[in-house]
Amino acid sequence: MAKQSSIEQDGVIKEALSNAMFRVELENGHEIVAHISGKMRMHYIKILPGDRVKLEMSPYDLTKGRITYRYK
Amino acid sequence: MSKVYYKSADDIEQLRKAATVLSQLLGEIAKEIKPGITTLALDKLAFDYIQDHGGRPAFLNYNGFPNSLCISVNDQVVHGIPGNYELRDGDIVSVDGGVELNGYISDSAYTFAVGDVKEDVRKLLRETLVSLDLGIAQAVSGKRVGDIAYAVQEHVSQFGYGIVRELVGHGVGFKLHEKPEVPNYGRRGTGTKLETGLVICIEPMINLGKAGVKFWDDGWTVSTSDGKPSAHYEHMVAIRKGTPDVLTTFSYIEEVLGKKS
Repeated sequence: MAKQSSIEQDGVIKEALSNAMFRVELENGHEIVAHISGKMRMHYIKILPGDRVKLEMSPYDLTKGRITYRYK
Repeated sequence: MSKVYYKSADDIEQLRKAATVLSQLLGEIAKEIKPGITTLALDKLAFDYIQDHGGRPAFLNYNGFPNSLCISVNDQVVHGIPGNYELRDGDIVSVDGGVELNGYISDSAYTFAVGDVKEDVRKLLRETLVSLDLGIAQAVSGKRVGDIAYAVQEHVSQFGYGIVRELVGHGVGFKLHEKPEVPNYGRRGTGTKLETGLVICIEPMINLGKAGVKFWDDGWTVSTSDGKPSAHYEHMVAIRKGTPDVLTTFSYIEEVLGKKS
């Protein structure tokens, strides 16, 4: 049986929550809570509300995401 | 998604047994593929066969899946739910099954042609099978998942076929879906390193037309967005040094199909 791969989506940061979590509004209108990826943490990349970011989401839980890239 | 499980030599032998039961089951299914048979009848055959051989259908009740086989006809890519649909001359039907034997899980799939199928669709089936073999050739210790993915992608894209991106192959063995994910597109040299003890399912899902797919409201069935047919073949490979160790086999199917034609 094939498995669903993680979905990549774009979104805009709406607000910053504690513990490097952010409320993100996706392109399709949904709002989810996402956390910043370890790689971005390692390189001290800051994200602020209003930034456009790329997220990775599991097809099995569409309420959570991982922010993997901040667009310029 | 689970984690990466590395299997011992004993585990691999147990998996080989589970894979053999599954491969023989697909051979039995091959005997029954003809116009008029319902997909539900094939599913029942599988259920009975697996139980008779001391196993348990791995798909049954997996995340709520209601049957033992995924049967996907024509433009359905994967995860079709068996029902009262009768196979027709000219259909292609992809049968995906899994067997759990003594706690070890196997997973394999084959796309059958029913009766007289158009040549361009037959070519899709042939080339998808070739791409699976090319992917398997990369499945040795030291290579990476991206090498397998690239091999499939490269072969298939020369024909203009669409590669399904939303669904991927996967590790298998103790659970039906384990890490790593094995996509059918990718860059060489990227992805998880393949080491001895890893058991993966490589499953190219290739569309005659565009790569886009849509997910049905039943929560399972996936079909092509442009309505054109899609092929799906799947083998289980145990990674080791040197040559790939393919646990499942299509030889039972080919024997039946060889006799028929």
